[in-house]
Amino acid sequence: MTRTNSLYGPLDPARDAGYVDPPPRKGFFTDTSICIGCKACEVACKEWNEVPDQGFDLLGSSYDNTGALGANSWRHVAFVEQGSGSTGTRAPVDLGMPTVRGEQEDAAEAAGGDSDKPDFRWLMSSDVCKHCTHAACLDVCPTGSLFRTEFGTVVVQDDICNGCGYCVPACPYGVIERRKGPSGAKNVGIAQKCTLCYDRLGAGQEPACAKACPTDSIQFGDLDELRGRAQERVAALHERGVSSARLYGHDPQDGVGGAGAFFLLLDEPEVYGLPPDPIVTTRDLPSMYRRAGVAAGALLAGAAAAFLGGRR
Amino acid sequence: MTAEARPGVSMVPGAEFRSYYDRAVLKASPWEIDIPIYLFSGGLAAGSSLLAAGADLSSRPGLRRAGRLTALGGLGVSLVALVHDLGRPGRFLKMLRVAKFTSPMSVGTWLLATYGPLAGVAAAGEVARLVGGPKSLGLPGQLLAAVERPAGVAAAVTAPTIASYTGVLLADTATPTWHGAYRELPFLFTASAAAASGGMGMLAAPVSEAGPARRMALAGALTELVAERRMEQSLGMLAEPLHQGRAGRWMRASSWLTAAGAVGTLLAGRSRVAAGLSGLALLAGSWCTRYGVFEAGQASARDPRYTVVPQRERIEAGEATPSVTAGSPAP
Ligand code: SF4
Ligand code: SF4
Repeated sequence: MTRTNSLYGPLDPARDAGYVDPPPRKGFFTDTSICIGCKACEVACKEWNEVPDQGFDLLGSSYDNTGALGANSWRHVAFVEQGSGSTGTRAPVDLGMPTVRGEQEDAAEAAGGDSDKPDFRWLMSSDVCKHCTHAACLDVCPTGSLFRTEFGTVVVQDDICNGCGYCVPACPYGVIERRKGPSGAKNVGIAQKCTLCYDRLGAGQEPACAKACPTDSIQFGDLDELRGRAQERVAALHERGVSSARLYGHDPQDGVGGAGAFFLLLDEPEVYGLPPDPIVTTRDLPSMYRRAGVAAGALLAGAAAAFLGGRR
Repeated sequence: MTAEARPGVSMVPGAEFRSYYDRAVLKASPWEIDIPIYLFSGGLAAGSSLLAAGADLSSRPGLRRAGRLTALGGLGVSLVALVHDLGRPGRFLKMLRVAKFTSPMSVGTWLLATYGPLAGVAAAGEVARLVGGPKSLGLPGQLLAAVERPAGVAAAVTAPTIASYTGVLLADTATPTWHGAYRELPFLFTASAAAASGGMGMLAAPVSEAGPARRMALAGALTELVAERRMEQSLGMLAEPLHQGRAGRWMRASSWLTAAGAVGTLLAGRSRVAAGLSGLALLAGSWCTRYGVFEAGQASARDPRYTVVPQRERIEAGEATPSVTAGSPAP
């Protein structure tokens, strides 16, 4: 390792963490253009990881009654109802229940806007922890509970976390959260998030959500291969006229050094509740420490001056 | 960008932006009042250790006693707050299983683990004197008498880091108003610590010995006021939470109290009553600063506007990282 600063920029996180000969980095490619909003991923994740239920809430946001990622929701399917045009200019429309259709129709609908296409669309996207190359949650964890696995993923060790909560405001995607309840659930008071099914990976299995996804909207695999596949998919969609297709989090040059879980979206990230340009907070940490050092030195000098500056 | 009242698009006066049902993008910290209490009490302890060591070396026994005992009290409150704020308080000691430079909380834990015992020994010497003199305690008392001054000086040398690192603690998060203030927060919090501990010295020590406390209080208060203004300037729209709602009230109180304390110190610092009142105002001002900054950050994390708008502006200005790409042929 020759770099002087491994807090920012592209790198292989497992090697950076000290693994000598790690397996290929694993990740998710979530292709939201073929998500049907069935929430099989949410359910499979809860079942496999024993994530407690949140209680039953009707949130009034289309079919989304989960709300957001959190301690008790490690996958979250977002539903956005839009009028015509990719930025949307109309009031919400009642779309009824999802139906089974061909991919061409889906793609055409996804494109929106054109006169011969439907004047509304329904965006669905299954969100998850991004398993950042530069994971702020992991950087700031004072106990070493959060750690980098040999697969390049980021996992909480439940028996070490003391619930200090620092990782929660550190995450630039608002993913990780300290579990508040329900009472009696395991790991209350401890930070919780997706583990990319570390236990299943170790046994050569794919994560529960990817396994359960009926349309392969959630694809699991070697990150390099997924990135290539995603490029091809987005190019194919563009060719078919779905100009709104874009990749989010796949670029190692981005603010978190590239996400281990990245997405194909059909609108701006913030429409799905994702930050449009996240940056790992520790990028600026060396500068913060320098400033704190200067401030501390000034206080020491100031105090000395207060005593030397006259005897009153 | 369009913005009407419908899902996926939000309507907020000022900058228009799009969001997912107006829900927060980020999570606010789960911290409650423990953390601002710690910011305040840790800063107060740190500044007091500096005053105590200076007083010890310059033969000001009253100021030394006030400083050492305040440091002990501040340290005690800090530890209770830091343990109480954990989701699993019983696991506090897990903090000591690693030392991580990328975690300001880990760095702070080790700084406290260094500073705390030193300040504790100095305060123990003071307590021993109060209960009849170290000599009356036999051999341990003699030992204490021998080490209290070196311990107090060593505590004073490490104390400033306790005062300043808390600025990094808050800034090293994705919380918009905290991270946006990362350049100024260490200075603001250090100055606030100086104002509070100087104020405490004025309150607790005899006026004849409190000259250094008055100078420290005055310099701290003025620096605090300046640092706060500069922070607001560099925050831009992210300064809004500092003016609104609960946080706004605390920040306004902080400015008034700190300014009043500074004026009182300057004009009437040598009257016992005025010194006490000015000291109280400075202590209260420092507390309001800590609580106000804490609350403003929490509010900024809960409102998607403060996450989306600055990031969008970066994108529009062409300064963004390539988070989103159209996905045209691979680079
Ligand atoms: S998305 Fe958040 S919780 Fe997940 S690895 Fe990145 S910083 Fe950590
Ligand atoms: S809450 Fe747990 S996982 Fe999160 S930073 Fe603290 S110790 Fe680490």
